[in-house]
Amino acid sequence: MSTTDRIGSSVIPAPGSKYERYARRPRKGLNLERVGWVYMRVSGVVLVVLIFGHLFVNLVAGAGVHQIDFAFVAGKWADPFWVVWDTLLLWLALIHGANGMRTVINDYANNRTLRVTLLTCVGAATVILLLLGTLVIYTFDPCPSAAMNDPALTALLPTFCFAG
Amino acid sequence: MWSWVLHRITGVAIFFFLLVHILDTALVRLSPDAYNAVIGAYKTPVMGLGEIALVAAIGLHALNGLRIILIDFWSRGARYQRAMFWIVIVLWVVLLAGFVPRQLSVIFGGA
Repeated sequence: MSTTDRIGSSVIPAPGSKYERYARRPRKGLNLERVGWVYMRVSGVVLVVLIFGHLFVNLVAGAGVHQIDFAFVAGKWADPFWVVWDTLLLWLALIHGANGMRTVINDYANNRTLRVTLLTCVGAATVILLLLGTLVIYTFDPCPSAAMNDPALTALLPTFCFAG
Repeated sequence: MWSWVLHRITGVAIFFFLLVHILDTALVRLSPDAYNAVIGAYKTPVMGLGEIALVAAIGLHALNGLRIILIDFWSRGARYQRAMFWIVIVLWVVLLAGFVPRQLSVIFGGA
């Protein structure tokens, strides 16, 4: 074995030999499988910070899970820091998860119809939830007029809706 | 091999939670009472225990994911993969030793 065949470019099986079709050839252009492999590692490191930060602030600090309500979310998203944090969390985590599901489906769904169906479901769910989540974060109204004008709902709103 | 199996199982479980969690959070756009009603379900004792399972799954997936990155990019990663697996387990136990008592007091102690 030459030293370069680890990289997969120098050893080319004889034409017509049974190994020819498995030969590694120098790749041209973008290798999407490689992009996915790198993405899982890069996004994974960032997600460790984003998710444990998210869990600490929402579940451990303050009153824990009891503090989470509409006013709590409104208070967080009044700060651009958490808007950016949650946007990154949404995109990085959902694409990381979807690519992981793609790997698992490709490993176990041997039947082509089943595999294509499952991959389509994961892809569709991912695109829809990325759009929905992004829309929710950037069109969020902490003081919706319907609730501002409903005495039964004003108590649910953040106090800054009534300041000034 | 067990780290590989656990990574898959926790990964798939976390993915399905993420789908649900994006949908329930999307209710903040609908109305304050709709969001509060659904998020209220997360505050019940049963879901409180579910949150312990969630943090346990995320913790294991995160720590083992960092181990995978070290195996791939650290020159001695493959040699120490087994030792790193046990380090993952130890750090995971430490993580849960911090979170579980806090979460139990949040669920049952009202603190």
